[in-house]
Amino acid sequence: MSNPAYQERIPIYPRSVRGRFRTLKYAILALAYGVYFLLPWLPWERSDSPPQAVLFDIVGRHFYIFDLVVYAQDIFWLAGILVIAAILLFFVTGIAGRVFCGYFCFQTLWTDVFLLIERLVQGDRNARIKLAAAPWTAGKLTRIALTHLLWLSVALATGLTFTLYWGYAPELVRSMLHGTAPFPAYATTLFLTLTTYVMAGLAREQVCTYMCPYARFQGVMFDEDTLVVAYDEQRGEGGKGRHKPAKGLMSREERHVAGYGDCIDCGFCVQVCPMGIDIRNGLQYQCISCALCIDACDTVMDAIKYPRGLVRYTSQHALEGRKTRFFKPRNIGYGLVLILSIATLSWSIATRTTVELVVRQIRQPISVTLSDGSQQNSYEIKITNKTEEAADYRLLVAGLPGAALDVGGENRFHLRPESSVRFLARLRLPPAQLRAERMPFKFVLVRDDNPSVRLLEWEAFFIVPRQRVK
Amino acid sequence: MSEETQKQAVQTTGHAWDGDLQEFNNPLPRWWLWGFYATVVFAVIYWVLYPAWPVGKGYTTGAFNDIEFTTADGREVVSHWNTRALFYKEMEEARTLQKPYLDQLKAASYREIAVDRDKSAFAYSMAKVLFADNCAACHQAGGAGIIGQYPNLADDSWLWGGTYARIEETIRKGRHGFMPDFADSLTPQQIDDVATYVLSLSGIEVDAEQAARGKAIFTGPEGGCFACHTREGTGMAALGSANLTDSIWTIADVNGAEDLAGKKAAVRAVIANGVKREMPAWENRLNDTEIRILTFYVHQLGGGQ
Repeated sequence: MSNPAYQERIPIYPRSVRGRFRTLKYAILALAYGVYFLLPWLPWERSDSPPQAVLFDIVGRHFYIFDLVVYAQDIFWLAGILVIAAILLFFVTGIAGRVFCGYFCFQTLWTDVFLLIERLVQGDRNARIKLAAAPWTAGKLTRIALTHLLWLSVALATGLTFTLYWGYAPELVRSMLHGTAPFPAYATTLFLTLTTYVMAGLAREQVCTYMCPYARFQGVMFDEDTLVVAYDEQRGEGGKGRHKPAKGLMSREERHVAGYGDCIDCGFCVQVCPMGIDIRNGLQYQCISCALCIDACDTVMDAIKYPRGLVRYTSQHALEGRKTRFFKPRNIGYGLVLILSIATLSWSIATRTTVELVVRQIRQPISVTLSDGSQQNSYEIKITNKTEEAADYRLLVAGLPGAALDVGGENRFHLRPESSVRFLARLRLPPAQLRAERMPFKFVLVRDDNPSVRLLEWEAFFIVPRQRVK
Repeated sequence: MSEETQKQAVQTTGHAWDGDLQEFNNPLPRWWLWGFYATVVFAVIYWVLYPAWPVGKGYTTGAFNDIEFTTADGREVVSHWNTRALFYKEMEEARTLQKPYLDQLKAASYREIAVDRDKSAFAYSMAKVLFADNCAACHQAGGAGIIGQYPNLADDSWLWGGTYARIEETIRKGRHGFMPDFADSLTPQQIDDVATYVLSLSGIEVDAEQAARGKAIFTGPEGGCFACHTREGTGMAALGSANLTDSIWTIADVNGAEDLAGKKAAVRAVIANGVKREMPAWENRLNDTEIRILTFYVHQLGGGQ
């Protein structure tokens, strides 16, 4: 009827290829899958909480990461990790292009696995194209159904594994099988199963080209010195362009004499591309820098005994015959900020306290006159034991001579592992000591068995009404 | 792709008005259209499942959406889906969560609550809400009180006694605080003398001669103040009469006055006008556990006795 408002998807059937980058990518894939799928099952000795190495306990408000216990109040570390991730992305992209997209992005990793399944069931590129065009027979139906079934299994495993990070894995799996798990567990598993299936199985490269914001903004971090997967146009095209191998155009010397380049137009680089682009058209926004076209071209170059590198990692400057400069202010700047943010986060985690003290002054009434003329200030105090062992704490007051602290009972707080206590503390100061309207002092938290070591201090004020100041 | 699109002839709806007026045909993207159809389907399902359409004075209540809950007074209710029922349901769940703690508090003595940090922390958190809802209107947040009207609960003076038992009794039964006015029975000079004596009781430097005159009125039949405030002026918890020898002034704002004249004027006003205060009884408005929790909290505010 009319021209469509948007383009139909042209199916892509990437051909398999072997080579350096393919091997590297499989190694990264194996590592990523190994870590992702096995981590929730790694046991870890803990005194009072589930023995799981990595556990994000939302209900208990604790994140367990090996020996590190992250409390809700430490959640700013997450901001630190996000900042580091962002700067790392800027840093790496500025130097080596879309490394994240090509090697580490879960969309790339999962699509790779889904493609492997597709190839396992339906065969390589040509077989898949033929099968897609073939009429619907029982055989075709079986193959397609099997493919989707396997995809769904991987998707389910992915969704389930994600869910296991948020609960004690063995118990959670058991309760999910018995149908007694909490609703979010099922919802999360189902949601991730579906998204994995749709994104890695059906949408694939469309995620990168239409949906992903990172894909687009990484492009603006490129400059002429950024490493990109590029086709050496000068070498490939020569003076007259590329040409298929033909009589009299077999060896490099013959081709150069005739004015043709080294590209024999075999199309292998296009066939292996999971994004369905032709790298010989230059740098394109769809390119995720997966480098499979490099492997493809190198394979062909080896076969016809031409030197490798017609398609290779290089920069715009290098292609123009100039030097690629990595040490430029921008890259150095990103590097410094990266080191700084990693150092800050590490410092923050390394110097984390094992106990936490929060003091809030009661402001209504802020100061109360007592019968003997002394003044009383009250404070709401919370002590949190962040260790894995029970401990006894004591609260002291420093810098306020004559002050009497009443914590509403024995001044010895027994705290179970990862627990906290909240109480009202009253501080009384006799009339002779009321020296100023605002008297700074410190609450000091010590271990009951070792009062000389100050664990924590909290700066507070003792407020006295103007009329009562001596 | 865009270049190709431009090369093709522009599609129109095929109609022509006034000879040459035509309309472009730009259909909606298919994904958008399907999204729209999906919302239509969603709406129909929603009408069936949730309250949706007004019918006469009522409305369709939806199907398969019953919410069962028990109200605070033990009534079991089954209702169609609505946010009020959801609220009751959540309140019921919260009550279930609180119950074990409340049962512990109900069974424990005040001393046991004070010693157990878990129990006292729960009582403290719960009491803050109860106090704000029921007590803070007069006694102010944190029990600060208002001088001249409502006693401060955070100090260590207890008009009616500061033991757990006395505080609980005060909350349960309420209190009537009364002091007669002396404007008619004493002359202004006499009232000034008594005020001077009362200030001297708290260690404020005054004219000794005038204070002696005041003492005679205080302890003699003329004033008769000792009948409630005792001869020493220390007050009686049984009557709710104030201790005049301490630094706490709940009615006359002596501590807030700048000079002796101001302090005297404040005390004179109380003697002349008397005091009439009332705290209502709470035994019919709060349950036993709530009264226990509030007693513990008020005791803790000022340290109790």
